[in-house]
Amino acid sequence: MSAMLLNKEKWPEFVKMLAGKKVLAPQADGDAMRFAAVAEGEAPALDYNNTRVPPKGALFPQTETMLKFQSGSEQVEEPQLDQETVVLGLRPCDARAMAIVEKLFKWDIDDPYFVRRRDLTTLVGLACIEPGMNCFCSSVGGGPASTEGLDMLMVDLGENYLLEAFTEKGEALLAETKDLLEEAGDVQLKEKEKVVGDAEQKIKRKVDTEGVPEGLPGLWEDPLWQKVSASCLGCGTCTYLCPTCHCFDIQDETEGFDARRCRMWDSCMFDEYTMHTSGHNPRPTRRERTRNRINHKYGYYVDKFDVIACVGCGRCTNLCPVNIDIIETIRQVKEAL
Amino acid sequence: MKTNTNPYIPYPATVEETWYETGGDRCIKTFKVVFDDEEVREEWSHLPGQCAMIGVLGVGESMISISCSPTEGKFLRFSVMLMGKVTRALHQLEPGDKMMVRGPYGNSFPVDEWQGKKILTIGGGIGQAPLRPIVEYVKANQDKYDGLTMIYGARTSNDLCFKGEFEEMSKCDDLACHLTIDVEEEDWEHNVGFVPQMLLDLNPSPENTIAITCGPPIMIRFVLENLKKLGFEDDQIYTTLENRMKCGIGKCGRCNAGNMYVCKDGPVFNYAVLKEIPEAFA
Repeated sequence: MSAMLLNKEKWPEFVKMLAGKKVLAPQADGDAMRFAAVAEGEAPALDYNNTRVPPKGALFPQTETMLKFQSGSEQVEEPQLDQETVVLGLRPCDARAMAIVEKLFKWDIDDPYFVRRRDLTTLVGLACIEPGMNCFCSSVGGGPASTEGLDMLMVDLGENYLLEAFTEKGEALLAETKDLLEEAGDVQLKEKEKVVGDAEQKIKRKVDTEGVPEGLPGLWEDPLWQKVSASCLGCGTCTYLCPTCHCFDIQDETEGFDARRCRMWDSCMFDEYTMHTSGHNPRPTRRERTRNRINHKYGYYVDKFDVIACVGCGRCTNLCPVNIDIIETIRQVKEAL
Repeated sequence: MKTNTNPYIPYPATVEETWYETGGDRCIKTFKVVFDDEEVREEWSHLPGQCAMIGVLGVGESMISISCSPTEGKFLRFSVMLMGKVTRALHQLEPGDKMMVRGPYGNSFPVDEWQGKKILTIGGGIGQAPLRPIVEYVKANQDKYDGLTMIYGARTSNDLCFKGEFEEMSKCDDLACHLTIDVEEEDWEHNVGFVPQMLLDLNPSPENTIAITCGPPIMIRFVLENLKKLGFEDDQIYTTLENRMKCGIGKCGRCNAGNMYVCKDGPVFNYAVLKEIPEAFA
């Protein structure tokens, strides 16, 4: 692992050196921040808390062409995926989410699109200094400077960014930009520890997950599911904005003779998601759907991949139109155990 | 392996034969198809219980049971009930047309593990589709099993699938075929009554026997109850589940019953496992 320093004045040059690759960075989109392609010559400042939509689309686009074909033909063509991409300044929670989702996309049978995009993508994280009001990453296995899923981490040390590489791709990026970098010393590494330690202290919200994965099956018929889903509108915001939500639908689209099979984000909070063609729905109401969502994240995913599929980013709580709070839900689960 | 490069790629297969199993609004049509590409045809291997994603490009795909046994030859059979958009497009396929197929998916009935045992299949309606491969597999390997008993029922005689295939079974000592329909009909020579009741009346011994049931949820519920009455242990009983599916390989999320993906961890479940899954019969 190498640790380097980048003076912030050289940030625009650093971004410029990535030319040739697609660079995604957080940028203003109306009143929110969103990961978007950086225009040539631009170098967006990384002064943001977190984006409204997580950067999961870099590896798992909201709509993605799987196959192309001509109407009436049986010849299918795969899209060419060869665009090298750098995601700049994603938060450690969102990078962890990508590592968590990767477990599923590589489970037994590789999902070729996700795996290919991950191979082509370098994830450069930015450690958190000011956690958001509903952040609880440290309760679910993460932290403000967690490195899981990242190729490289940047830590804001005031005048400089401290850059640490953890993978070959991260090292390669340091090598490409080495003219702009200086070797970091013990002073800066100590400074990093302090900055990260302070950030950890600033995380106000906590959730105790002990016993939750094992206890959830016993709460299947508990009245708590009625309670926590009573105000749910079924809008799906919590799942669309969740960095670990990976469910998708597959649809065929035809325009003239050009047709494609594509996949798009879907949500377990929607009625149609599980509805059989017969009209029978194994999860007929929001009670069952909420129960599934929580069980999936805090139970099933732990059973299958040994990790909670929630990184504590707080988006579902921040943006739920009826203020359903996942920390409060887990607290109620704990209480019912 | 060619068929492994991208699991989402379907391969064209030519429809060789089609016929209707049943009539009505929700008629069931059977397709016998053969992959066009020789390499795909040779590499394909499935076991009883597995499914495939079949469809028509531009319309979509549905997960359908492979209703033939690999012992029958280098072709595939699907029996498809007319239900929605994709099955409507499939039903329009006639001999010479192309069906797009990818798979096979899911686990399978543990037919090797069952060697030396008596096999009892209990099916209802279209539920016979995943059971038919077991029947054919056991028929083709009769020396390896201690006989086969098939119980199969439907609402009316017109709702029974694979009718033409049952007659020859009654000629073999080791194979028994019991058919039933819900209500009396003229010229019906077999049993009248519900499948679970017929199971009780036949009173099969659980000794060295594996029971596999598939059919409408309400039938499965009473069959399970009656198998227990007959003294079957949980681990002697198998069934299959179905749920809405899109990817077929455990990625898209929707087919889970509890912590099991029906497309990947299933569709075949041993009852000892299944009864611990809270959503299994939802």
